[in-house]
Amino acid sequence: MSAPPLKSGAPPEGSATLLIFCVIGAFLAIVGAGVSSDPIFRLQFETIAIAGVIAAFVLNGKLAGGTLVDQPDRYSDNVIKAGVIATMFWAAAGLLAGVVVAAQLAWPRIFYFPELGFLNFGRLRPLHTSAVIFAFGGNALIATSFWVVQRTCKARLGLGITPWFVFWGYQLFIVLAATGYLMGATQGKEYAEPQWYTDLWLTIVWVAYLLVFLATIWKRKEPHIYVANWFYLAFIVTIALLHLVNNAGVPVGLLNHRSYGVFAGVQDALTQWWYGHNAVGFFLTAGFLAMMYYFVPKRVERPVYSYRLSIVHFWALIFIYIWAGPHHLHYTALPQWAQTLGMTFSIMLWMPSWGGMINGLMTLSGAWDKLRTDPVVRMMVVAIAFYGMATFEGPVMSIRAVNALSHYTDWTIGHVHSGALGWNGFITFGAIYCMVPWLWKKPAMYSNKLIEWHFWIATTGILLYIAAMWVSGIMEGLMWREYTPQGFLAYSFIETVSAKHIENIIRTIGGLMFLTGALIMIFNIWKTITMPTPETAGTQSADDMPAAPAHAIA
Amino acid sequence: MSDLSYETVARFAQQGGLIYFGLIFLAGCVYALLPSKKAEFKHAARMPLDDEELL
Repeated sequence: MSAPPLKSGAPPEGSATLLIFCVIGAFLAIVGAGVSSDPIFRLQFETIAIAGVIAAFVLNGKLAGGTLVDQPDRYSDNVIKAGVIATMFWAAAGLLAGVVVAAQLAWPRIFYFPELGFLNFGRLRPLHTSAVIFAFGGNALIATSFWVVQRTCKARLGLGITPWFVFWGYQLFIVLAATGYLMGATQGKEYAEPQWYTDLWLTIVWVAYLLVFLATIWKRKEPHIYVANWFYLAFIVTIALLHLVNNAGVPVGLLNHRSYGVFAGVQDALTQWWYGHNAVGFFLTAGFLAMMYYFVPKRVERPVYSYRLSIVHFWALIFIYIWAGPHHLHYTALPQWAQTLGMTFSIMLWMPSWGGMINGLMTLSGAWDKLRTDPVVRMMVVAIAFYGMATFEGPVMSIRAVNALSHYTDWTIGHVHSGALGWNGFITFGAIYCMVPWLWKKPAMYSNKLIEWHFWIATTGILLYIAAMWVSGIMEGLMWREYTPQGFLAYSFIETVSAKHIENIIRTIGGLMFLTGALIMIFNIWKTITMPTPETAGTQSADDMPAAPAHAIA
Repeated sequence: MSDLSYETVARFAQQGGLIYFGLIFLAGCVYALLPSKKAEFKHAARMPLDDEELL
């Protein structure tokens, strides 16, 4: 960035306010870190302070150099470029953490490090789940939602500089959560481990995200709000609600990293799984269905198969999902009627889920040949197939009698991964393979062959993973309930663990293959971004935002 | 307040819930199938396909 060209025009709205916010935030974080006697709190607030100082310096430099110029007549795509890079960075990190924890289960003698407590399974496992769901999935959702809402509303993202605040604020949330887990800062709630200050920070970022999304819809030039935006909006609003209720807690002190939740006992369990299952329903389902409803029609160049079906299954999905959580608490202190309610709604969910699957698949009507010729279409179709499979398996597993066998076993892990790797992973990869050439103005991806390799390696990896988990899950479920003729349990717990050794090795290999596919994709994206643009050599219009921080993350 | 027993509340919640869900679903279906919306939805189904640059 030597001698930046001076451009006419004002910086995006709110830039100065954001600069002041960064400076004050950094100052408060430094004071907090200095005054606190809690080492974890100090380290976390030093992280916040460093982030605030860097943000303030970069923003100040951009404002002073005049390189931060609002371009109201263009879509804001630079924040989406940053989002794509962040998505792939966190994919690699999260999948790697998954392979490590799988290796720890397969070879506990080799991958157990007594001297390095922060690398224990208990610390790395939430790191893996949060990294893949919130860092990889979350960045993918934010980036694609910014793309889709602008294109389908024919309007630039609203609220000036705020989309950049959402992007970098979300990265800070991820860093705080991840480093916190490694140090043992956790409130022990599954998929909601971050401590109170991280939760508060996410609340601020998330409200800003909601406002950006609403502001963009507000100034739309297209009267109809496209169905994908409904799904994104349901995802953003519901996650805000779930996050606030489930994380309600009281800090031990304002300079202490620990906190205690306001709920106790079975109420706490029910709140946790109301949150947990709707995180699946609205983060991993509604948001990704939004991706499907934009990128599948766009890629196959066909209209949505049935727009009416999309409306009916949207409303059915969001009204039914919110009640399904209690199926996580079969045979617990939760009253049986509440368990039955959760189970019934889970079974009802099958229909709206398959409404979405059918609509996605049938959008290929008249373009089925693309399945053979375009690996990106194949990837998205396999994603929809996995969505259909996982949303059929889920209701089956929610039935109390089936759950008696499946719960706490690897079957659940297999189910989650057929959804996460197959559905969320593949639909995201498909969307990003679409967006990268569009964003960086290239005719196509660098190599179609590499997409084929990615597809086949990753698909084989998923199949190895879920097949191994079905076998080990049903096996351990049957072993746990095996009685001797005298009425004693036939197997000790450790016997069921060692019985799964081979399956644990297969799952590690499957995960490694999925990671390999993602690394191939990262290489392919890198080559696409750096390859020369055919016609106009580098006369693209000026960037409206810092490119440097976007590279810093990669 | 004497008749505010568990059974009363449970019955109200169950029957009320059933009716509420039935009506919501019906409303969703009616909206989706309104003949007057046909053209709008037909246009909407193609929205991802014609979304080129802003200007």
